[in-house]
Amino acid sequence: MISRRDFIKLCMSTAVSMSLTERLLPLVGQAYGEKRAVKPPVIWLELGSCTGNSVSLENAVNPSLDQMLTDMIDLRYHWLFSAEQGDGAVRAMLETVEQESGNFWLVIEGAVMTADHGRYNEIFRRDGQMITGLAAVQEFAPKAKYVIAVGDCACFGGPSAAHPNPAGATGVWKVIQSKVINIPGCPAHPDWMSGTFAHLSLYGLPELDGYNRPVMFFGKTIHELCQRRQQYEDGIFAKFPGDQGCLYKVGCKGPVTHADCPLRQWNHYVNWPVKAGAPCIGCASPHFPDGMMPFYQHLPEIRTPAVAANVQKFGAALAALGIGAVATHWAAGIFARRIHKHYVKGTKPIEPTAPENLTQVKQELDDLIRRQNALLAEAERLPGIQKARSKKKLLARVNDFLRAEDKSGDEG
Amino acid sequence: MTLKTIFPMTRIHEPMKVDVDVQNGQVVDAWIGATLFRGFESMMVGRDPRDAALFTQRICGICSTAHAVADTLALQEAYQVEPPLNGRHLINLIFAADVIQNHLRHFYMLALFDYVKGPNMPPFTPRMQGDYRLPPKVNEQFFEHYKQAVVKSARAHEMLAVFGAKVPMTQTITTTGVTERATAERIQAYSAILRELSEWVDQIYLPDVLTLAEYYPDYYRIGAGYGNLISYGMFPQPVTGAREFAPGIITNGGAVQALDASKIGEEIRYSWYQEKDYNPSPRQGKTVPDRDKPDAYSWVKAPRYEGKGFEGGPLARGWINGSYRRGISVMDRIVARALETQKICRLAAGWLEMLIPNGPTLEPFTPPHTGDGAGLTDAMRGPLGHWVSIRSGKIQHYQILTPTTWNFSPRDAQGLRGPVEEALIGTPVANPDSLIEVGRVIRSYDPCFTCAVHLLHVPECKGYLD
Repeated sequence: MISRRDFIKLCMSTAVSMSLTERLLPLVGQAYGEKRAVKPPVIWLELGSCTGNSVSLENAVNPSLDQMLTDMIDLRYHWLFSAEQGDGAVRAMLETVEQESGNFWLVIEGAVMTADHGRYNEIFRRDGQMITGLAAVQEFAPKAKYVIAVGDCACFGGPSAAHPNPAGATGVWKVIQSKVINIPGCPAHPDWMSGTFAHLSLYGLPELDGYNRPVMFFGKTIHELCQRRQQYEDGIFAKFPGDQGCLYKVGCKGPVTHADCPLRQWNHYVNWPVKAGAPCIGCASPHFPDGMMPFYQHLPEIRTPAVAANVQKFGAALAALGIGAVATHWAAGIFARRIHKHYVKGTKPIEPTAPENLTQVKQELDDLIRRQNALLAEAERLPGIQKARSKKKLLARVNDFLRAEDKSGDEG
Repeated sequence: MTLKTIFPMTRIHEPMKVDVDVQNGQVVDAWIGATLFRGFESMMVGRDPRDAALFTQRICGICSTAHAVADTLALQEAYQVEPPLNGRHLINLIFAADVIQNHLRHFYMLALFDYVKGPNMPPFTPRMQGDYRLPPKVNEQFFEHYKQAVVKSARAHEMLAVFGAKVPMTQTITTTGVTERATAERIQAYSAILRELSEWVDQIYLPDVLTLAEYYPDYYRIGAGYGNLISYGMFPQPVTGAREFAPGIITNGGAVQALDASKIGEEIRYSWYQEKDYNPSPRQGKTVPDRDKPDAYSWVKAPRYEGKGFEGGPLARGWINGSYRRGISVMDRIVARALETQKICRLAAGWLEMLIPNGPTLEPFTPPHTGDGAGLTDAMRGPLGHWVSIRSGKIQHYQILTPTTWNFSPRDAQGLRGPVEEALIGTPVANPDSLIEVGRVIRSYDPCFTCAVHLLHVPECKGYLD
């Protein structure tokens, strides 16, 4: 069996389309054969959802849905696939919860509806009583080995929780104590789901970031991996969606969205939005959709006491500050929730939420420090900038960035 | 009265509760309720209209493209803009791929296990008790085809992504065209997959459907309903604007009549919404959820055309276009859906030939600040309408009326059952604890409740379809 490290490399590799079925399935099969792992019983609950993640799972190619059902997971309950209906299907689910307590995986698709004690979403009947999604999740989660939220709705509320959120939709991790593995995306890519399932089977919990997302799939931003990144650095920008060039000016949220779409691509790895000329709308982000709208409006303009650069003078800003600084500005923006605030203005008259927890704050700070260091290292390598100002001055400038009040936030 | 309940109804999209009254081995009354409320239209207010095509797709993961198309039609009317010819072809091609995908998945992944026994492992076990009439060999062959269909339906989505970037939730459709370009290599990719699917539909899907009908001929007499059929039409031809599938209505199995959208009304007598201040007139009044309303049993409202419930979907389109008029029943719905898949494969092949490689697919434009538009199209399951009002560059009102709302509506103020509730009457039931027959009737409509429960207002639409 390959090491965990190699497995993660495999998941992150650019040749992912070639290798996942050929390498991953035999691995999992081998592990089950040698009894090092057991085909896990899975209960898949659908709450406030559009079924998009299940449909996305049907689109899986490496491995395909059929292979997954046969070789990877023991899907005991899923109301799109269960042959039995009504009470019979519910009985199978409840028996699994009881007999496989501490052993089964609970996969949740869709947001938890909390309005009116969860009565906006009832999902099954037990002894004649209607059970809400909220109650089911709270009852089953403590008995599950892993709780996995698939899709942006289950992870963070997503489109179901868009303002004014009439059904009180929220992410699973807000209503239970157990650790939730979040696989965001609208919908989640089938590889993100099958890759996480395989990791859980073979090695247990994958490395997670501050939002509990597997780092192997959500460790980098779309912008970092984008095929059009060079055009961004060269200052070639599309004037409208579908145009040639970087889509930043027509609203691409790639710089603030963590996912590997550019490498992986969608639907048998055939295409993905930016390649097709459509700006990224940040559907894998915790702030989707309110924090990412309007979809066709660019990210906040960069205005600081040091540099008054707007999107028209973007090239100039890049030259003066280095690409790292702009990235830092965005990172700081995410941290301070400035970007989020900017976008919800007009549609959502409430204050943006603070970071979820301390780990998250720490991770974001670490990220900032890492970027800042990268920026400084980069600056030292740039002869032009080195001549113009000392390292100390540059550091002051970076600090300006971090502290700068985001004036563009007042516009909207 | 022997009341039996199926909840949740599985192998459909999203939750649904069915109560049937079974007497002397027959269903004598039925109630169908939806148990999820999200309220999408209220979320649309105040947003940038250009975002609506992307945002409204989030209503439904199985027919996302249909929402993008309906929204795009509405915005085109509101803004008085049109995509270039290539763009209009591409929108049709993207939508066609999604319809093909849906029909394959409906038959092989959802409806099939009402008639076919899967292998002895979850999720194919436990299975319903009932009359599985297929001989073991035929049964095995069906399951083999199910496995192929899993791949073929994913291929249909791959074909969609060639021009649609990704799916579910395609991203390239905008008001004035498609952001992806129609390069020779993309056209070829689409065409290759389409050929593969066409052959498979001709050689496997259609024969399978007919084989199934041979073993279950009695289902040509079960699940008829009112005989009221409705369609908004589907796939506008780029040059003339006429629909490849024409709009129209049929009342009581009679002649095809022109559709007058102003006759659409909607009631909430048995839906969980407050009746106080409820304004049935469009574009006014608010719909307030009330989960404690007495007698109510669904989040779905009851759309009516001239006070009558109507059925939409492939069978309705077949009748209205004259391409399928054998009858109205469970098996007719299944056969009509398969024939429609074949027809759409042929149509798409024709559109591909009309594409101009590397020609413009999108027209840049500056959106005006005000406008009103209606976008009516048939989706996979029946009539879908989006209505939008834009003021000061923002959405002031957004209304959506989906197919499943029509098919699975509850009773109205006159106490008349919804179309599927009516279709269930008379269904023979061998074992009241299994209700496999009830499942077959319901699944023949391809229900999708994710869409159904978003509706807030009845829209007004003048002269759009005459």
